[in-house]
Amino acid sequence: MALLNVLAVVLGIAGWAALAAAGVSGLPGPQAVAVRAGELLADGTLLTDAAASLRRVLIGFTLGSALAVPVGFLMGWYATARGLIEPYIQFFRTIPPLAIIPLAIVLLGIEETPKIFVIFLAAFLSCVVATFQGVVSVDNTLINAARVLGAGDAVVFRRVVVPASTPFILVGMRVGLGAAWATLVAAELIAAQEGLGYRMQQAQIYYDLATIFVGLITIGVLGLIMDRLLLMAERRLTGWQERR
Amino acid sequence: MTTKISFRSVSRTFQVGDNEFQALDRVDLDIADREFVTVVGPSGCGKSTLLNIAAGLIEPTDGEVRVDDRPVAGPGPDRGVIFQQYALFPWLTVQQNVEFGLKVAKVARAERRQRARHFIDLVGLSDFADALPKTLSGGMRQRCAIARAYAVNPNILLMDEPFGALDALTRVQLQDQLLATWTAEQRTVMFITHDVDEAVYLANRVIVMAARPGRLHEVIDVDLPHPRTEAIRLSERFTAIRNRVWHAVYHQTPLEGTPR
Repeated sequence: MALLNVLAVVLGIAGWAALAAAGVSGLPGPQAVAVRAGELLADGTLLTDAAASLRRVLIGFTLGSALAVPVGFLMGWYATARGLIEPYIQFFRTIPPLAIIPLAIVLLGIEETPKIFVIFLAAFLSCVVATFQGVVSVDNTLINAARVLGAGDAVVFRRVVVPASTPFILVGMRVGLGAAWATLVAAELIAAQEGLGYRMQQAQIYYDLATIFVGLITIGVLGLIMDRLLLMAERRLTGWQERR
Repeated sequence: MTTKISFRSVSRTFQVGDNEFQALDRVDLDIADREFVTVVGPSGCGKSTLLNIAAGLIEPTDGEVRVDDRPVAGPGPDRGVIFQQYALFPWLTVQQNVEFGLKVAKVARAERRQRARHFIDLVGLSDFADALPKTLSGGMRQRCAIARAYAVNPNILLMDEPFGALDALTRVQLQDQLLATWTAEQRTVMFITHDVDEAVYLANRVIVMAARPGRLHEVIDVDLPHPRTEAIRLSERFTAIRNRVWHAVYHQTPLEGTPR
């Protein structure tokens, strides 16, 4: 399996090199992109940009998930909370977080806050729905099994509902992380001075395709690493699940 | 003999869409202390509902259930319940599952471990104490669920088709094991099944229910000696009772005026 994966990557890069060599609309080859990446690394731009972007995504994503989990639990556990909160969640889910950007600039200025806010919103909305789904789909028999062993509501919640919905929450967090990354570049269009999205935006003005490629690949690799980390956490925390 | 569980004119209706469905219609039943009662009946006769009402998981729409002459108000550790779907907590090991009720009752760690260990040994899962439920077979899962119920020492066991999903051999083994512990510890057992042989083999009394609406149909005493053995299973007396129960279950005349 791993061998096939490696083969696919090698073939992809070879295909890319062939296209570039054939001179398809100024496409830079893998070598040119690697050279550019080296330059950007050497002068520190790439690290500064990656750090700035990573910081925004991590803050937005952490705040989003941290709020989504308790809100999702509230909605799943208390019908009243669900009735009050759900209309807002459903409504804001239909608005792409990017569409919030103009509003965020007007209300929150052009500093870090609006950028982090839209990333937060993207992560929150993905994760809250998953958590809520997790709580409402906890097997009733498990709740009954705990109750007949003497467990009250608090114990049922802590010892049954929380562990049983963990797999859903982790899936929600992975989706939320994807949404956070997806929102990043657009968020960095808001008067940013650094960041991968900002750098690509600048490169576009100068027709600097190599830099754009470096930015894209960096975003992809960082996203992949974070997703793998979450996947590892998921395997550890939900290894008890019966998988097909 | 003193009465342990007493159903007093228990009725229960469920709302299904716009229709009301009468799951139980005025059920009167007394179960004596240390009695082993099995309940059989066609599907939809409300036998599981009856058990869940005794467990305190469902409330009757009318009438009441008394346990030890006190009305049932919600579930409690005095009534252990064993579900057909095992209902083990999949994120806990066998040991942790068995300790669950003890932990809720705030039993000290050392004693908890020891008591759980005792019941795990009793059901023959000693080598699997640290295994997760997903690695166990159906029979082993049900053994674990039984150990978990025993651990909190309930004086009533409510069993809802506990062996229904198991293969025939495992089922017979668990039946014999259940009877052995019942003889040793003399709990009151209410056991739901759709298997007529099982109902007769285990019980002091077989309660036959009828459907639409769910109600008591016939109560059949099982005067077979204890301990129950293979020889009893093959005896003429067993066959005679079994046939009687079979007839009561499968040749019920519908109530007049009830749509079929």
